[in-house]
Amino acid sequence: MSVPVQAGVAAEVLDPVAEVEAAAVRGGLRRVRLGVLGWVSLVVVALAAVLAVVGPLVRPFDPNLSDLSFAYVGPYGSHLLGFDGQGRDLFSRLLVGARTTFLGAAFVAIVAVAVGSGLAVTAAWFGGRFDRVVSAGLDVVFAFPGILLAVVAAAVFGAGLLSAGLALAVAYSPYVARVLRSAALKERAMAYVAALEVQGFGAWRLCLRHLLPNISGLVVAQGTILFGFAMVDLAAISFLGLGVQSPQADWGVMVSEGKTGLLQGYPMESLTAVLCIVVVVSAVSFLGDRLESAGKQAHR
Amino acid sequence: MPDADGPVLSVSGLRKVFGTQVAVDDMSFDLAPGRSLAIVGESGSGKTTVARMVVGLERPTAGTIVACGRDRSRPARNAGERTRRGREVQIVFQDPYSSLDPRQSGAAAVDEVLRVHHDHDAATRRRIVGELADLVGLDSRQMSALPRALSGGQRQRVAIARALATEPKVLILDESVAALDVSIQAQVLNVLADIRDERGISYVLISHDLAVVRQLTEDVLVMQRGVVVERGRTTDVLDEPQHPYTQRLRASVPGPGWKPTRTLRRPA
Amino acid sequence: MSALLEVRDLTVRLRVGGSDREVITGTTLEIAEGEAMGLVGESGSGKSMTAKAIARLLPAGAGVEGSVHFAGTDVLALSGADLRRHRAKVAVVFQDPRAHINPVRRIEDFMTESLRTLEDVPRAQARTRAADALEEVGIDDPARRLRQFPHELSGGMLQRVMIATALLSRPLLLLADECTTALDVTTQAEVMAILDDLRRDRGLSMLFITHDLELAGAVCDRTSVMYAGQVVETSAADRLHADPLHPYSAALVQARPDVTSTAERLVAIPGRPVSAFEAPSGCRFAPRCPHALDSCRSTEQVLTGLDAGRVRCERAATLRGRLLDPTESPTESEETADA
Repeated sequence: MSVPVQAGVAAEVLDPVAEVEAAAVRGGLRRVRLGVLGWVSLVVVALAAVLAVVGPLVRPFDPNLSDLSFAYVGPYGSHLLGFDGQGRDLFSRLLVGARTTFLGAAFVAIVAVAVGSGLAVTAAWFGGRFDRVVSAGLDVVFAFPGILLAVVAAAVFGAGLLSAGLALAVAYSPYVARVLRSAALKERAMAYVAALEVQGFGAWRLCLRHLLPNISGLVVAQGTILFGFAMVDLAAISFLGLGVQSPQADWGVMVSEGKTGLLQGYPMESLTAVLCIVVVVSAVSFLGDRLESAGKQAHR
Repeated sequence: MPDADGPVLSVSGLRKVFGTQVAVDDMSFDLAPGRSLAIVGESGSGKTTVARMVVGLERPTAGTIVACGRDRSRPARNAGERTRRGREVQIVFQDPYSSLDPRQSGAAAVDEVLRVHHDHDAATRRRIVGELADLVGLDSRQMSALPRALSGGQRQRVAIARALATEPKVLILDESVAALDVSIQAQVLNVLADIRDERGISYVLISHDLAVVRQLTEDVLVMQRGVVVERGRTTDVLDEPQHPYTQRLRASVPGPGWKPTRTLRRPA
Repeated sequence: MSALLEVRDLTVRLRVGGSDREVITGTTLEIAEGEAMGLVGESGSGKSMTAKAIARLLPAGAGVEGSVHFAGTDVLALSGADLRRHRAKVAVVFQDPRAHINPVRRIEDFMTESLRTLEDVPRAQARTRAADALEEVGIDDPARRLRQFPHELSGGMLQRVMIATALLSRPLLLLADECTTALDVTTQAEVMAILDDLRRDRGLSMLFITHDLELAGAVCDRTSVMYAGQVVETSAADRLHADPLHPYSAALVQARPDVTSTAERLVAIPGRPVSAFEAPSGCRFAPRCPHALDSCRSTEQVLTGLDAGRVRCERAATLRGRLLDPTESPTESEETADA
């Protein structure tokens, strides 16, 4: 049987309307249309990520060097943002704090996505009673706000970034699992999965090599959205004094420590830290939304 | 294989119940090596359920399925048995758009099947991928393209190549050409005929399209509401259908001189 | 014979990812009052787009050239209330009824909505008319059906509901777009018979869009065959099968397996169907055509009258009567079918 090949006709999508849809569908992350706001968000997030890596290295001053005679002094010489209530250089603390803030949020997002997608894919794969048990369990965890879990974790394991992060991750995982479960169920029902089952492929290979990669767009989107949530929640937990512990620099801790100054008419510390959080979280959320809608379209 | 001349696929007393609904009841047939059997019926007749039970995607409520002399009525107990079943019976589904992993090229899909089933080295696998591509009529550029760059007919050829990679004795074609354009459908039907001549494989064609059935198969089963109502040589059944349902099916096929008639006002 | 619908040199371009893509090129066809015209083609041929253009249902941003006249009015210039009136007179029935019906509303609500909102017909009267229409398409106990929800009806039943609904606005032209493709063959025969009856009883004109040449031949007066966005042949429907004018029509006839006889080997058309925007210059079918000459590839083909039909092929007169002959060898030593 010969198949004539027309030169130069690589893609063969015959219906141009279908092609419009096909461009969004199944393209995964490569074809997400970002738009201007999306690109701005991407640049903000990338800058913040770079900051988290190099911030502590390029800080102009020791973030923990305290000189009370400079307490609440405004921008002054090479001290671009001035000093906090204990006379520490604010700009340096912001730079150094970027790392814990970023790492904490990333830790939460990664753990939550790993747990959530694992549960989602196994529930979708085995279905039946296993799926019902997992779904019921997720509903129970849903009922607990992340911050409440973090307070309990702090009470049991002691305050600190690790216990707060783990508590948040547990609290977030049902959100991930819920979105990914429905996507995984749809993928599970695709004919190619049945065909590969008939080939004798095992559940591991099918889930890890075929099912999961095909919902990876949504996985990344969920991770991105949770990263934003986690940054806000971790800041709140630090504000409550249950997360990152002073004198360690962290944006959440800075908001918290800045509150005394705020009341006394020196808002610089709280405001700059809040501004950093708001900008990064907005950018991350916007990106996450874009990725998610692209991912959902692929699962229509 | 225990018996070289015996049926390559043997089904007896097959029954499937979903809830209170009997989808397939007391279905039996034998398929000899190199023969092609059609299972014909309309939606809801149970023909697809039969296919899914034969390949192990659905567990029979009762009855036995024996392929290549080995029972496969119960789920495979271990990985070895699972892959061995994969080398006995394969299936090609209807929808060319969902039958392939969108992230895998045809060559990668066939290669993965080969890796799961055999210990071939990379060169051997490449050679087999090339042979299968020739068999289904795809060039290397098409084989290395992702499914979204392929037309429906080309995707279906990839699906056929992937199914043939394990060198199965039986290939189930579950409405495999139904979604294709007329000109492409003819190409794929010719490819299927060539493959049978070349490899001596047996087909079970699940179809509602009597013309396709006539073109590809020697024997036919007609199913209605889960039950076989007529069976025989394809030419005999299509030329002189005996059962009223088969007669109605046959009379509904448009052709030169055909006029649609209002047969019934059935209160559903 | 006055034409109810007249499509002249219709060209449609759709915007796809920032560029215009031609989906129909210079389509010309006309349908007389009470006439059924079949429109046959493979995927990408532009047959559905033609129907959408006639019903003014093209996606936003579509570029349209040429003219569409329906009952004397210029369809492409319509807007507002005139456009709504046009759509009432040109009813469309699609392939998948479930995609075009609101699953959470009763059949009655679906059927009577436009009567009650656009024509201010009182509820009771609208219900009676809906029930009558259901009877007309062979649905028993219409009162009960009207109270049911779409999921309670089978696909064939639902398609009949769609047809009945289309009838409520008293259309003059019915555009049936692959409306039996998703149905079982016996149901398809039933729905086709209903359409055939409606046409005779009501004098309804019909544009019957399908990939099935035989189906079109059975219920239509004339059939147009489309390829790559162009009409390549228009002939009497019953003649197309035995005496095709265009090599593509002949190839379609031969590629389709026959339920009455087993072919040694199907005469497949090499290659794949293309859309208008990817079609080659010259004759668009030439790369797949066993009869193509060099001049076919270089000259744009025009639709010209031949006998009682029209064909877009410069060799049509020469090839007349030889297209279906298996002993006829192609003009050039190309592989006709795939060897």
